[in-house]
Amino acid sequence: MTIDRPLPLDSGQQLASVTIAYQSYGTLNADRSNAVLVCHALTGDQYVACDHPTTGKPGWWARMVGPGKPIDTDRYFVLCANVLGSCMGTSGPATVDPATGAPFGMGFPVITIADMVRAQAMLLDHLGIARLHAVVGGSMGGMQALAWASAYPERLVSAIVIASAARHSAQNIAFHEVGRQAIMADPDWQGGQYYAAHAPTKGLAVARMAAHITYLSEAGLTEKFGRRLQARDAKSFGFDADFQVESYLRYQGLAFTDRFDANAYLYITRAMDYFDLAEAHGGRLAAAFAGAGDVRFTLVSFDTDWLYPTAESRRIVQALQSVGAAASFVELSAPFGHDSFLLDVPALDRLVAGALRNGG
Amino acid sequence: MALRPDLAIIADAVPAGTRVLDVGCGDGTLIAALRDKGVDARGLEIDPANVTAAIARGQSVVQGDANHDLGEYPAGAFDYAILSQTLQTTERPDRVIEELLRIAPHAFVSFPNFAHWRIRLALLWNGRMPVTRLLPVAWYETPNIHHLTVSDFRELLRERGIVVERAWYLSGDRPTSAAAASWRAEHAIFLISRG
Repeated sequence: MTIDRPLPLDSGQQLASVTIAYQSYGTLNADRSNAVLVCHALTGDQYVACDHPTTGKPGWWARMVGPGKPIDTDRYFVLCANVLGSCMGTSGPATVDPATGAPFGMGFPVITIADMVRAQAMLLDHLGIARLHAVVGGSMGGMQALAWASAYPERLVSAIVIASAARHSAQNIAFHEVGRQAIMADPDWQGGQYYAAHAPTKGLAVARMAAHITYLSEAGLTEKFGRRLQARDAKSFGFDADFQVESYLRYQGLAFTDRFDANAYLYITRAMDYFDLAEAHGGRLAAAFAGAGDVRFTLVSFDTDWLYPTAESRRIVQALQSVGAAASFVELSAPFGHDSFLLDVPALDRLVAGALRNGG
Repeated sequence: MALRPDLAIIADAVPAGTRVLDVGCGDGTLIAALRDKGVDARGLEIDPANVTAAIARGQSVVQGDANHDLGEYPAGAFDYAILSQTLQTTERPDRVIEELLRIAPHAFVSFPNFAHWRIRLALLWNGRMPVTRLLPVAWYETPNIHHLTVSDFRELLRERGIVVERAWYLSGDRPTSAAAASWRAEHAIFLISRG
């Protein structure tokens, strides 16, 4: 869907028109009250519950979204839109700039989480959906859900925020910077204008490898790989992928480059690093939720998630309580680190289903 | 399922249309009863399995500890705070009571009475810490680290200038009189306020 209306951005720039690629699941009811917006994470996409067109893999949250699933498409009209700045059909650095006829590359304006949410709100306007039954997201998706509650509280009944944060920490920014530098150090990056030639896949793969480590827990990695060797009986005394964990990371890095654009990775990680919901409200997180007293919130963290730890969710809950919002919070125990929100954690399924049934 | 008698009394006494925080809400049994009668009831609960169960029932419950996390609620955020069967497990019961009455103008506090005649007899005859229906765990593994009696509680309220608006005393599931409560009540429920 293309909206020929300018999208104002936090940077002060604007996009003259925006294309938003989205998928919908289920049916919008007569009074348009059953819409649930699912927000995806950094490298996610709109294929939340249907097969990915490039990889052919099932939707990234197919275990959560679908008929009879916790986000039940028999009851809810589920929307998922590719975020602004991404590369699965929504406007981003790989999009052709109508002014030049060439891909934007680094000419694409730097965007923020709030810009992503503003674009989603335009999509809802276009679809005639005034109010969402819920906005749901994990990780960067949770940041969007929080930004929704801050910017458009009157358009939300409820928000479900999983394994997320209201601001990026120095450590979060640091890991992202490693990834960005890996991309920009790849000679193929060419200042971002690589679309007519080779993409900087080596740099993007390294970025993904570094990030992937942050999505897992140490115990999870140890359990999955230990110090086991990959298809050999002894160390090679060389620099092949001797260890299974090396082989796994190399595969993850490489596979990622088939489906993701390096510049999009730069832009979206930047948006996450710039995210600090309290910043525009005098540093007071509670002030960011001043209008959200009637929104019902459910927050979930995982005990092995060191990327967006429980303390951050608690800080958000405290801010919500101070504005009188109905907030639920639980720290679930799961072995998979930050990635737990995508994996088999039955308690999470029950929580999401219950929170949605109750309108959050 | 029928509510535990002390919870039934509290559920009955809370007026519809009020905002309530149930501190130590377990799996949300009382919250469910309160919501059925039109009370905006929320919870604080320490056990993640209980919190999960309550949220899965569609309730607003935050995982947290009555000892440390009540300070996160703004003053006067609720009309009633409820602390049922939890006071004797807290690190500083007096501070928890003060916190309840900061968060809400009224608070329900219920606890097992350690001066019930059966406990008195057990101590007198056996010289052992009693293990009873309401206090079923041996001394070394009990979460009840601050046993108290009806008289102790009344005295604490008097010292702190806290008013008893109503009180209920239960022997088994049956009410017993205030006058005889000190030795007849297995269980006491107080509705308190700053007056």
